[in-house]
Amino acid sequence: MSCWETIADYGLRSIGIGERLLPRDNFTLCQQVTLIGSGMLWNIYFGIVALVTGFFLATALAVGKASKITPVRKLAEWVIFVFRGSPLFIQFFFAYFLFLSLKGVSSAFDPLTSAWLGAALVLFLNTAAYTGEIFYGALLSVPKGDVEAADAYGFSGWPRFKKIVWPTMLRLAWPAYTNEAIFLFHATTLVFFSGFPAWQQRGDALYYANYFADKTFNPFVPYPILAGYFILLTLCVVGLFGLINKRLNRHLPKERRQKMRMRPRLLMR
Amino acid sequence: MFSWCTDPNAIDGLAWLSCYLTTGKHLSIYVSVGTVLLLLAITAPVALAFGFGGAMAARSHFPPLSWAGRAYIAIVRGVPDIAFFLFFVIALDQFFEWIRHEVKCPDWDQPIRQGNDFVVCAEAKLPLSTAAQWVHETYGFSLAVLTFSIVFGAFAANVLFGAMRAVPHAQLETAEAYGMTRRQTFWRILVPQMWVYALPGLSNLWMVLIKATPLLFLLGVEDIVYWARELGGSKTAKFTDYPHPDWRVWYFLALLVFYLAFTRVSEIVLDRIMKRLTHGQATMGGEAQRKAS
Repeated sequence: MSCWETIADYGLRSIGIGERLLPRDNFTLCQQVTLIGSGMLWNIYFGIVALVTGFFLATALAVGKASKITPVRKLAEWVIFVFRGSPLFIQFFFAYFLFLSLKGVSSAFDPLTSAWLGAALVLFLNTAAYTGEIFYGALLSVPKGDVEAADAYGFSGWPRFKKIVWPTMLRLAWPAYTNEAIFLFHATTLVFFSGFPAWQQRGDALYYANYFADKTFNPFVPYPILAGYFILLTLCVVGLFGLINKRLNRHLPKERRQKMRMRPRLLMR
Repeated sequence: MFSWCTDPNAIDGLAWLSCYLTTGKHLSIYVSVGTVLLLLAITAPVALAFGFGGAMAARSHFPPLSWAGRAYIAIVRGVPDIAFFLFFVIALDQFFEWIRHEVKCPDWDQPIRQGNDFVVCAEAKLPLSTAAQWVHETYGFSLAVLTFSIVFGAFAANVLFGAMRAVPHAQLETAEAYGMTRRQTFWRILVPQMWVYALPGLSNLWMVLIKATPLLFLLGVEDIVYWARELGGSKTAKFTDYPHPDWRVWYFLALLVFYLAFTRVSEIVLDRIMKRLTHGQATMGGEAQRKAS
C-alpha cells in the first residue's frame, strides 16, 4: 500500500471519514504520520473554538473583576479562581461525570457527554479564566492619560470602553495572550485522556500517538512525530498572533513598536 | 472503623457517612494524597537541581554545552507536557533495561527490538519478575518522579536562566574589578542575588507542578484520580455493605476542592516568602516596602 493510499484512507480518520479499521500491525512511518496528523484536526478544532469563544467571556471577566459593583466583582473573581486554581485534568473529569449525571435527568444534555461539545465547553471556560486574568492585569495598566484624554474628548461609558480602553488593553495583553494561546493548544491534548471517550477511536493527535506507542512498544517514533506537529502548530500560532499584534500597534511609529518578545511566562494548566 | 459501624444497614445520615468514608478502600485514597505530597516533596528540589544545571549549561561559554542547555529549555515549550510524560516513562524504562541488558547479558545475540516487541534477557528486567509488589510500585513511582523532574527541570532552567540575566550587570562588573574569577563571581555574586528575580517564576512553577500531579494517574501510579474513579463508580449490594449509584461526580468535586485549597494556601505562603525576600533589595518591590514602612 503506497503512502498516498494511506493518506486517502486515514487522512480524515479522526472525524470518521475513510477507513474504519485502524492498522493493527506492521505499522509504517507513513501510517503513523498520517493518523497523528489526522488527530491534529481535533486539537485545532478545540483550540480555535475555545480561543474564539473564550476571548469574549475573558473580556467580560476582566471588566467584571475590575468592576466597582461587589457582587459582579466577586463572581468574576470566583470564576477566575476556580478555573485557574484547579488542574484542567480534574476539571475535565468533574465536568464529564457531571454531564453524565445530567444526562440521566434529561436527554437535552446528551451532546454534552461527547467530547466535541462537553470538552470544548470546559476548555472555553478554562481559557476564559486564564485570559480574563491577563486582560484584568492589562486593564489595570491602561495609562491614566489615555482615559483622561478620552474624557476630555467627551467619550464616556460604552464608546469610551470600545474605542479607547479595550484596544489599549488588548495591546498591553497581547504578548501574554499569545503565550496563553500556545498553552491552550497544548492543553487540548488532555481531552481524550480524561473522562471523555474517543468514540469509534476518533481521537486527537496524542490519542493516536499513544495508540502507536502502546502497540509497538517504541515511543521513539510516534511521540517525536507528535512533537513535530505541535512545534509547527506553535509556530503558526506565534506567526498569526504576531500579525495581529502588528495590526494592533499600527499607529505607533516604527521604532517604538514593541517587538513581540516571547518571554516564556508559564501559564500552563 | 468505628464501633457503630458493625451493621451499615442500621444507621443513616452522618453516622453512615462517617462509616462509609473510613472503609479500608477509603483509607487508600487518603494514603494516595500522601503519595501526591511525596511526589511534590521529591520533585521540587530535584527539578530545581535539573533547572540549575540546565541554566548553567545554557550560560556556558563552551558552545556544544550551551546549545544542549538551550535546546533542553526550548523543546519543552513547544510540545505539550503530557506528551513528555507519556514518552519519558516508556523511554526511561527501556533505556534502563537496555543498559542492564548490555552489562548483564553480553553474549545475547538477538536484536532488542523484534517487530513490535522490546526483548531483553530475564536478568535485565526492571524490576525483576520475582520482585515483591512494593518494588514494582516503588519503581513505577520513581520513574514518575524522574519524568516530572526532567520536564519541570526544563521549566525551572528557563526561569533561572532569565533570573541570572536579570541580575544588574554592574554587580558582576564590580566583582570583576575586585579581581574575582569567573567562578567566584558566579557563586558569590550572581547566585545569591538571582533568587529574588527567580521567585515569581518559581512560585508560578510550583503552582503548575501542583496542578500537574493528577497526571500521575496516566503514569500508572495509583493516585487520587485513580481512587476517585475506583471508589466513585456505582457499587452493588453484592460486593459491599455500602452500595451506591455512580458518585464519581462527588469524588471529583472533592478533588477539585482539595486542589483549590492547596493552591490557595501555596499562594498565601509564597506571597509571604516574596515579601521577606524583597526586603532590602534594590528592586521596585524592595523600594515600595522601604517607603511604606
